[in-house]
Amino acid sequence: MSFVFYILATLTVVGGLAAVLLKNTVHCALALTVAFAGLAFLFLDLDAQFAGFAQILVYIGAVAILVVFAILLTKGSETPKDGVFSRTWLAGLAVAAAVFAVIGWAVIQTAPMLPKATPAPTVNVQQIGQALVGRYVLPLEIVAVLLTAAMIGAVIIAMHEKERGPQ
Amino acid sequence: MMSQSTPLTGFLMVAALLFAIGLAGALTRRNAILVLIGIELMLNAANLNLIAFWRYGPHPEALTGMMFAIFSIAVAAAEAAVGLGLVIQIHRHAHTTDLDQMNRMKG
Repeated sequence: MSFVFYILATLTVVGGLAAVLLKNTVHCALALTVAFAGLAFLFLDLDAQFAGFAQILVYIGAVAILVVFAILLTKGSETPKDGVFSRTWLAGLAVAAAVFAVIGWAVIQTAPMLPKATPAPTVNVQQIGQALVGRYVLPLEIVAVLLTAAMIGAVIIAMHEKERGPQ
Repeated sequence: MMSQSTPLTGFLMVAALLFAIGLAGALTRRNAILVLIGIELMLNAANLNLIAFWRYGPHPEALTGMMFAIFSIAVAAAEAAVGLGLVIQIHRHAHTTDLDQMNRMKG
């Protein structure tokens, strides 16, 4: 395994761990950004340049900013008195550990059958664009409709209701 | 571009670890925004699997895994926008984002 992969994997996993373990919610959002960046670099390491830059644009540029805005709008950065973890945290941790055990077992069992190293695919952005408007044009249109619907829906849900409401 | 020296198993293990971390976060945190963060981590772990299988698969020029990952990123962005809008609206009504206190619809 290459040195670059170890650094990127460590960055991603530590970022993810910090994102779910830290007490201050704003720090969690920043750790989440680190995990997203590590994943984007892993995509670049896998010769998926388009997906890597899309990951940087969408996740670091949009989702992380949205999360920070939501935290600040809901005053979520204040640490609650009775801890940051739910009452049923032990059951949740057990479920997550069981899921990881099953997936890890499956990966290790199939490791000898998986390909070790293959030459890098030569895929450029032109091919991706042609595939998007050719073979994958229907999913592309559906995603366009979904994004429009989600945008309108998010605005309507978060819109302030003036008529009723105590404040 | 050099040939990749890391075996596919390495990427799959990182994705499995990230998925488990996201699941643990989604199941154990009180704050609704942190639950959404956990869900985002799980989606990202799935994307890493898709890209890794695309890279090591027999026909990377068919772009199937790559396209799946790109569409998954778009759907995740829509999900984050709607989810955070919901959290803001719930905070406006209930004045909390603590999921343990949101028991009005308890069955």
